[in-house]
Amino acid sequence: MFSLARPTALRGMRTQFLPSSIAARSPLQSAALARLASTLAILEQREGALNTSSLGAVTAGKKIGGSVHGFIAGKNVKGVAEEAAKVDGLEKVIMVENEAYQRGLAENWAPLLVENIKKGGYTHVIVGHSAFGKNLLPRVAALLDVQQISDVMSVESEDTFVRPIYAGNAILTVQSSDSLKLLTVRQTSFPPAAVEGGSASIEEGTDPKAEQPTSWVSENLTKSDRPELATAAKVVSGGRGLKSKEEFDRLMPPLADALGAAIGASRAAVDSGFADNSLQVGQTGKNVAPQLYLCAGISGAIQHLAGMKDSKVIACINKDADAPIFQVADVGLVGDLFEKVPELTEKLKAQ
Amino acid sequence: MSSSKLRILVPVKRVIDYAVKPRVKANKTGVETSGVKHSMNPFDELSVEEAVSLRDKRKLPVEDIVAVSAGPAKAVETLRTAMAMGADRSIHVEVAEDKPLEPLGVAKMLKAIAEQEKSNLIFLGKQAIDDDSGQTGQMLAGLLNWPQATQASEVTISGEDVTVEREVDGGTETLKAKLPMIITTDLRLNEPRYASLPNIMKAKKKKVDKKTLQDLGIDSEPRLKTVKVEEPPARQGGGKVEDVDGMISKLKELGAL
Repeated sequence: MFSLARPTALRGMRTQFLPSSIAARSPLQSAALARLASTLAILEQREGALNTSSLGAVTAGKKIGGSVHGFIAGKNVKGVAEEAAKVDGLEKVIMVENEAYQRGLAENWAPLLVENIKKGGYTHVIVGHSAFGKNLLPRVAALLDVQQISDVMSVESEDTFVRPIYAGNAILTVQSSDSLKLLTVRQTSFPPAAVEGGSASIEEGTDPKAEQPTSWVSENLTKSDRPELATAAKVVSGGRGLKSKEEFDRLMPPLADALGAAIGASRAAVDSGFADNSLQVGQTGKNVAPQLYLCAGISGAIQHLAGMKDSKVIACINKDADAPIFQVADVGLVGDLFEKVPELTEKLKAQ
Repeated sequence: MSSSKLRILVPVKRVIDYAVKPRVKANKTGVETSGVKHSMNPFDELSVEEAVSLRDKRKLPVEDIVAVSAGPAKAVETLRTAMAMGADRSIHVEVAEDKPLEPLGVAKMLKAIAEQEKSNLIFLGKQAIDDDSGQTGQMLAGLLNWPQATQASEVTISGEDVTVEREVDGGTETLKAKLPMIITTDLRLNEPRYASLPNIMKAKKKKVDKKTLQDLGIDSEPRLKTVKVEEPPARQGGGKVEDVDGMISKLKELGAL
């Protein structure tokens, strides 16, 4: 394996100037600081723009303590690296310029990361719990013989993390005995680090140029002018109660527009073809934690609650007064959504 | 053509039924599993369906479909379900209930089995609904150094060529690779069949090979220690409003509008 602490001058300084109050902290925390955490936060980019929601990895890295480096790879990523260099909390940005990494395929990204993790001697590697992170990091973990920790909601110490299991019906705190920790982090628990105030250096990473056995053919992304579901401040969401795709498309977009909200859907609505799969909120879809989650025609099955119950305010419209959604909703309206949703939309627009 | 014969491995996991609300044990060591209804992980049902449909609906040259599960004796029930859906035979790797494998351990076990079975296509669910890790397929692909397509919503196989549409943030993307390959299944992939009574009876005669982790040379030492398992913070359901105006004013009061 590889050495864990990088023997840099900076580290030496840190050790020297550790405050004396450290001793009074928990053994875990002081052990963490003594080991000098250094984190590699993997950043995502798309078409030459930094994906700011991937900056939750930086936020999580800061919670662990020690230095945080960003990692970016793809075609013409110089501009993205410069953007990332301004991110608050990053000490360095590692950049690998190669078109082969543009589509984020795990088969060549995994050896790329393994090489750069070894080179940098990191103690932690973090990526957002996004489609990209979920696809990639376990492959990296296997190559490094590490048991990854997925969907981390909070960092207790450098080796102890909190994550949801059973669709968020139980919260697990785990302690890792691996010398290297690989984490995917929940976007709604780690808001993106600020994109200003930083002045990281940019350094070229190692490129193992691994063979890519998989070819990227095409993509079909849902086009929308609305805010992105996972990070929207407001979300309106529809379920099986909408009855058809026509009704979903008739009622939900105007309500979303009236609020400036993203649109989500329950699995039942997605399975019935009312809404695209990418809109699914829940255990097997997206996790959201907006300021306002307003849903209509959703009963509140545990798998759905898993994806939205950390919302600040939950409001629901449902004709079944006994629906489980009312047990979590801050504001519940019992009524026929086909009357109430248009009325709500009109009244919100009038405000 | 023998090279393009499909030898499919389908790992399946026995989990608490998706409709059951799990209860956290009072001593915070885990979730209560005894006396609770269990069934096959829903994503694994999609894997079995996909494997079986390659043979019976898409008429591809499927030589063998092997279901595999690691767990206590009751995991055999899950394997019987897979065989009743159409898997040809099964492998049960005995693992004590109180010492479940972590995804990395499962991936190492599956690598050993895939090599023994000369598998060239492995379907796994994208995640197990108990642990929610979503790692095993990708780890296995890494260990075997095979291409991977996770969260598949459509799989097309022609000879050695595999085209997979996969669910990504914001839509789908399509990838192409050659066998051997790892595919993890997402909800839209198919509609799993129900096992018919005659097929359930037939499945009782299908073979289940028993193996142990020692046979496979797998170190099952966990890397993660459970510090505690807790109930999530309960939300206070906040009562109901009479009408739309009431909803708007309550939302304003709560600062959500």
